[in-house]
Amino acid sequence: MADEKRIDEPTGTSFVGHEWDGIEELDTPMPRWWLYTFYACIAFAAVMVVLYPAIPMLHSASTGVLGWSSHGDLAKEMAADHARRAPVMHALEQTPIEQIPADPKLLRAAQEGGHSAFKVYCTQCHGAGAAGAKGYPNLNDDDWLWGGDLKTIQQTLLHGVRQPGDDETRMSQMPAFGRDGILKPAEVQDVVSYVRFLSKQEGVTASSRRGAAVFTANCAVCHGDAGKGNRAVGAPNLTDGIWLYGGDRDTITETVTNARYGIMPAWGARLDPVTVKMLAIYVHSLGGGEKTPVDPVPAPAETPVPAAVAAR
Amino acid sequence: MAHPQDLTGDGQQFFEARRKVFPKAVDGPFRRLKWAIMLVALAIYYVTPWLRWNRGPYAPDQAVLVDLAHRRFYMFSIEIWPHEFYYVAGLLIMAGIGLFLVTSAVGRAWCGYACPQTVWTDLFVHVERAIDGDRNAQIKLQRAPWGPSKIARRIAKHSIWLVIGALTGGAWIFYFADAPTLGRAFVQGSAPFVAYATVGVLTATTYIFGGLMREQVCIYMCPWPRIQSAMLDEKSLTVTYKAWRGEPRSHGLKRAEPLAQVVLGTPSLVALIEQPELASRIGDCIDCNACVAVCPTGIDIREGSQIGCITCGLCIDACDGIMAKIGRPSRLIGYTTDLDARLAQAGEAPVPALKRLFRPRTLLYFGAWAGIGLAMLFALGNRERIGIGVLQTRNPQWVRLSDGSIRNGYTVKVRNMEERPRSVEIAISGVPGAVLWTEEAGRNQAARSVRVDVAPDQVAQVPLFVSAPGAGPTRADLAFTVRALDKEGGSARDTSFFERPEPTP
Repeated sequence: MADEKRIDEPTGTSFVGHEWDGIEELDTPMPRWWLYTFYACIAFAAVMVVLYPAIPMLHSASTGVLGWSSHGDLAKEMAADHARRAPVMHALEQTPIEQIPADPKLLRAAQEGGHSAFKVYCTQCHGAGAAGAKGYPNLNDDDWLWGGDLKTIQQTLLHGVRQPGDDETRMSQMPAFGRDGILKPAEVQDVVSYVRFLSKQEGVTASSRRGAAVFTANCAVCHGDAGKGNRAVGAPNLTDGIWLYGGDRDTITETVTNARYGIMPAWGARLDPVTVKMLAIYVHSLGGGEKTPVDPVPAPAETPVPAAVAAR
Repeated sequence: MAHPQDLTGDGQQFFEARRKVFPKAVDGPFRRLKWAIMLVALAIYYVTPWLRWNRGPYAPDQAVLVDLAHRRFYMFSIEIWPHEFYYVAGLLIMAGIGLFLVTSAVGRAWCGYACPQTVWTDLFVHVERAIDGDRNAQIKLQRAPWGPSKIARRIAKHSIWLVIGALTGGAWIFYFADAPTLGRAFVQGSAPFVAYATVGVLTATTYIFGGLMREQVCIYMCPWPRIQSAMLDEKSLTVTYKAWRGEPRSHGLKRAEPLAQVVLGTPSLVALIEQPELASRIGDCIDCNACVAVCPTGIDIREGSQIGCITCGLCIDACDGIMAKIGRPSRLIGYTTDLDARLAQAGEAPVPALKRLFRPRTLLYFGAWAGIGLAMLFALGNRERIGIGVLQTRNPQWVRLSDGSIRNGYTVKVRNMEERPRSVEIAISGVPGAVLWTEEAGRNQAARSVRVDVAPDQVAQVPLFVSAPGAGPTRADLAFTVRALDKEGGSARDTSFFERPEPTP
């Protein structure tokens, strides 16, 4: 082959011998420093293999001399982030919940923190957008079963709703008027008609007129004479457009017949107080949050529960 | 260990050892032009970050600042936000087309005069000459055995190179933060790590590229010479050795081969005296090698136009000096186009410079370059300094309120690009009976518009609620308009939707 070596006249460089449509490749030597760069890369790789995890073993890679690991990096970053957030978390812990909105930075931090915690603990029932589902309240709207100011939401979160074993939990029970025979089926239908009249879904009928009397005798003690509900016992407002289980005739009939018994866990037993605080502030910010009363009323849970609806 | 060039055993060289270049000092018009351009370029580079520009209390007072942390780019009276990055893209495109324009007008002038690699290499070479002496002294020192004097000179040279490298990298970081503050922090050791790392990396690259690698960067690493070989045409200016004037070379007369053949062994000077008509057959090139000695990339321009030639013109200066000494006309080597070279060879007049400059290719590049520039200036003069972006809350899309009306949530981003706080009014239109309110104000403050204060040079993120009667289309267009309430005014508009539940049958 050596005798076939041809030289390109203009450059004085020999051809490699490859040709594509008359275009030939010249055998131009690489600069020497290029070779040294290659050697330097090999040396770098050798050092790297010693210092860092590199060789795949049975269960994990070899541990380098430096002991570096991506898990370690993550732990360090998490610790650093924890330290970074510490002052804000401390401030949130020290500030009473109703005073947090006065500090916009603290409020924003609490809303963001609450949003994160909501995604972990609350979306299973209330949904990712807090829009709820049948039996699980929509937290975006302006209707609250137990009250929608910051302290009340915090209280509900801490102790839950009808959470067994928590003395301060939100407690009430609607009687199963149909199942337990308190009302006859016709009376149930009459009271359903009246409730649908209250929420302007039906006009006045003979049935709803009869139902008004049934309502006054059986329901008004919790839901109020006008059906506006009572937050002390979590009795829903029956006159508005919002229904936890549904406002159609069949669903209301089922509710009156069998009653409802929704439960929410007491998060005070599972989460730290700051997280609960942040969750309350987040939920309050979703659009239906109510102003904290200027003269704080006693927490609703401390209000004596009317005997008629007391828990079993 | 086998030497790399022995890899095949037959002595074939796969890796070429570097032939070190010792460029000789030269003086002349092109050298002086290079000095001037180097001074201006270095002055611009080092001074720019320290220029101040008053933008009021809410913005930095640095004339040129790339504020990466806050995503702002300041250039004198112009402030660029991230969404306006197309201005920067436009500048880069202009720089690219500008290079094409320069190439088509004056050849590889960028390589020869303005490229940072050229400018810094020139500076490093100058330092080398100041310490080691000119070309011959440098070659001598290179060959000399190591001794105290050589070691001292080498240490001095590399130290100064490193200092220049550090100053180069040091200047770079001031484009990205307030220069006086960062300068103080840098000296005190309290500057961010990235500042030290950047200076370290740039010191290393400046030292390696400008001091150690030099012409290797141009010949092996830089893509621009390769692009140039595709861009040059017969009307491009290149440094040309006028072979028709220079050949045959006469190194003294003794070595002029053709002459030696003519006079058949007689001493050539005698031959010349006896036959003066022979003088016309001797070229002007006396093969003195001055053009090769001064070349910063170590090429011989007499071999013709080549990739290693950065067209710096130093060989022109060198050759002109020699031509003056031997009483020959100057510009044996000069800037010429291929076309002019052919014309000159045929004894015809060259193409007039203006006619060469105003050729379609150059005009086309200039048109594109100037067009982009004018379009950007126009856009810059007309840009709105207030902006709005509306993002509808998608989960939940709608919320039924206790009074039966439907509420939608929106995050409205109001962009205040002025460097002063502004009050703006956000108004909605398109959905009958719709009202809006902010979370803080509450629904009892609901109206057709809300007032919002926006901090200077900031984006205000305003969560808004809009409610409308429950009866209506499931999806209706809803327009948001933001209007500045100060006397300068300005407004912007964005559209979104208002959604309602499907009506229950």
